[in-house]
Amino acid sequence: MNAFEEATTGEQISGPPSQTDFLLDISFRGLAKVCAGFIILVVVLLLWEIGYKAIPAIREYHLGFLTGTTWDVNKQTFGILPEIWGTLYSSILALCIGGFFGITMAIFLTQDFLPARFALVFRTIVELLAAIPSVVYGFWGIYVVIPFVRPIADWLNAELGGIPFFSTTLSGPGMLPAALVLAIMILPTIAAVSQDALRQVPYRIKEAAFGLGATRWETILKVMLPTASTGIFGALVLGFGRALGETMALAMLVGNSNQLSLSLFSPGNTLAALLALNFPEAGEREIPVLMYAALVLLLITLAVNMLGTTIMTLTSTSMRSGK
Amino acid sequence: MSAQEPLTNHELSPDLQRSLVEPRALLSTMLSGAVWIVAIIASVPLFSVLYGLIVRGGHRLSLEVFTELPPAGFEEGGGFGNAIVGTLVTVGIGAIISIPFGILAAIFLGELEPNGKMAYAARFCAKTLTGLPSILAGVFAYALVVLTTGTYSAPAAGVALALLMLPTVVLTAEEAMRTVPVNMKNAAYGMGCTRSQVIWKIVLPTALPGVLTGVMLAVARAAGETAPLLFTALFSNYWFVEGGRAKLMSPIASLSVLIYNFSGMPYDNQIELAWTASLVLVMMVLFFNILARVLGRKKV
Repeated sequence: MNAFEEATTGEQISGPPSQTDFLLDISFRGLAKVCAGFIILVVVLLLWEIGYKAIPAIREYHLGFLTGTTWDVNKQTFGILPEIWGTLYSSILALCIGGFFGITMAIFLTQDFLPARFALVFRTIVELLAAIPSVVYGFWGIYVVIPFVRPIADWLNAELGGIPFFSTTLSGPGMLPAALVLAIMILPTIAAVSQDALRQVPYRIKEAAFGLGATRWETILKVMLPTASTGIFGALVLGFGRALGETMALAMLVGNSNQLSLSLFSPGNTLAALLALNFPEAGEREIPVLMYAALVLLLITLAVNMLGTTIMTLTSTSMRSGK
Repeated sequence: MSAQEPLTNHELSPDLQRSLVEPRALLSTMLSGAVWIVAIIASVPLFSVLYGLIVRGGHRLSLEVFTELPPAGFEEGGGFGNAIVGTLVTVGIGAIISIPFGILAAIFLGELEPNGKMAYAARFCAKTLTGLPSILAGVFAYALVVLTTGTYSAPAAGVALALLMLPTVVLTAEEAMRTVPVNMKNAAYGMGCTRSQVIWKIVLPTALPGVLTGVMLAVARAAGETAPLLFTALFSNYWFVEGGRAKLMSPIASLSVLIYNFSGMPYDNQIELAWTASLVLVMMVLFFNILARVLGRKKV
């Protein structure tokens, strides 16, 4: 029945909502609200579940847990300083490498270096890098990256062994291959968020720079990057957050040994890898301790991510209001 | 081009061509070259991964790997059929939990009260959850489900994966709903629709491609996750359905955990299978990714 027939037969094509419609409307909106509240609830529940299960361990080990250096189930001594160090060290290394490549990639893709079609190719490459599962990266790291970096690492150790960064040989898994793979994994995040930041810079600012006779790179380095700097900083923070929580690739590549070392080639451990390796076989006594470690990781990553999210929100609002 | 010299006719018309040997221009050209090199280096890992997967994993790809059970160390042959089933089951459970909740929450955030206090809080929580380390989703599901039910199981893994899928579903669906033109909604209100009717008949159908993009991206991510499965699903060397009965409350295999387990094995057969499993997993993930991309292209 079309509208014309409806109109001629006297039936209404529109009308006020009936009582049932109102009832359905209210209950549906209520349901949607409950689901939105559910997201908040999940975050609270997440903190509560992990925090609550960690209480026995917090009571027993207090803050000494954070500065202890041994993890021995038999002696019941637990400390996660090497893991905290390994988490931060690998993430910072990855951030240096991945940040450089990610930001350069963002410049490359947004500053008219390429015709649109080629830009799409490179953009897809970056996005596909993000799609590959971390366990595949870890596996690839074991069989491709480690054999590739080992001769370079050994050469550096032989020639420049006096520098703390090169003070040990690479005997397989270690910090450098882990950080390299980690850098590849956070590159897409940094590139994507930096691209957004660079695109938000109004075009007339760039035109003004060109109009003053600036070269392309003077424009990029002195105008575009400083203008987008807050957004790019946010991208780095979010990338850092990703790196802190990354698990599988590190569990497979970092070597899982509790040591504090500055050397790029020595094996280490991270909080996430510690959880991944010890949880499946954990006994009654070990679970609260692992929950404590999980809580530490949760708080670190939540803090970093909230910082990143806040920066991103601030930049997008300030850009929109035209400042 | 100095100003002291008398101007000739030629110099009166400004030289728009910048000399390439001028230091500023030279630097600019060199940096442009450097940025190309950096971009190409950054693309190498992707091709290296794909090359490794195709060359090392491709030659074992046969019907056998899809139908057989994982081999023990000394055995030859074998496959990972049960792991594929397991990945589909766990991701399916995750999707069943996260998609309805996610879309309803997105309706609230994008359509009902986009600027309310609760919407801000929920949006902030969702954004924070995007950065949640996947291992912690596993720890959460372990504490919530495994410790309560006393067993490793597919639902426990599903809860962990749902937690990781939820923010992607919510945030993309919200974004999609915001792009629905106000005129269309106003027309519906003019016809006497309630807000729910507008949502069901106008907003959801119009935003559907965008919503599905988010769902596919979430599924693609969940299919590749390993860390949350390690101690929620564990692993199993048997089929999920055996003797006509689905073993819902017992450990379940998955492709990603199989890759992890086999990667550390000393037996060539298992390592070869891990390469093939990686190839299959990456193809699954890419399939969902491309699907998301195709759906996302149809913009309103």
